[in-house]
Amino acid sequence: MGNSIEKTGKTVQEAVQAALLELGTDENSVDIEILDEGNKGIFGIIKNKMAKVRVTMKESMSDKARMFLEDVFDKMNLKAEVMVEEDEESILLRIYGEDIGIIIGRRGETLDSLQYLTSLVVNKEKGSYKRVVIDVENYRQKREETLVKLANRLADRVIKYKKNIVLEPMNPYERRIIHSSLQDNDYVETYSIGDEPNRKVVITLK
Amino acid sequence: MKELLETIARSLVDYPDEVSVNEVEGEKSLILELRVAKDDMGKVIGKQGRIAKAIRTVVKAAATKDNKRVVVEILQ
Repeated sequence: MGNSIEKTGKTVQEAVQAALLELGTDENSVDIEILDEGNKGIFGIIKNKMAKVRVTMKESMSDKARMFLEDVFDKMNLKAEVMVEEDEESILLRIYGEDIGIIIGRRGETLDSLQYLTSLVVNKEKGSYKRVVIDVENYRQKREETLVKLANRLADRVIKYKKNIVLEPMNPYERRIIHSSLQDNDYVETYSIGDEPNRKVVITLK
Repeated sequence: MKELLETIARSLVDYPDEVSVNEVEGEKSLILELRVAKDDMGKVIGKQGRIAKAIRTVVKAAATKDNKRVVVEILQ
């Protein structure tokens, strides 16, 4: 549970504004509970009653992601630190520490699983969706560079031999890298075939 | 290992209080029996077992440190 404060004001609106000011946040990042509607009093006959609200900070999606991962690493007895970057569409979690090999796993299998589980935890609440990417000491970045090189090399081969090439099964994240690295290519196009987890990218002549 | 599985499962389900894990120690392997609320089964299994597979991968990774084989079973 996040920070919670109670505020009073002449109206509910005023009380909420005072609380938001104190928390230094906006209406979208909090839950508002009205404890007392208050009333203004009529011509001073009935006494004024102040409105009272309780305003609670919502846990942000990146907080949720970081806390989940830290919890998991702790239970795995791994020493690792998590740094978070968040923007409109995605949350990037960078992991540093010892035991990096265990976190990555064979061909990035453990890393992909952690990423998938974190994404489920973060996006459990309906309404908003953010893509979750976990990177360990730039493993993803290096892997991305490798995939872009692979895509270009295979595209050249498709052009040369005029034959389709079907790639190995890849996860959605890696397929996206292949698609986007060839989307501006004048001679080839890409699409995916098969069902998860055996979905593969095909490179073909335009 | 038990705590790890509980942590993951509780974060995924709608009824975290109903998550329980039972450890059955074998000679060379450890069996973890995971139980969740009936309505939460989908949350730990997923389409074509994708979530279950991810959970097993992470639990197995944790076990490599102890050099032990871990089996995760999801019980009804």
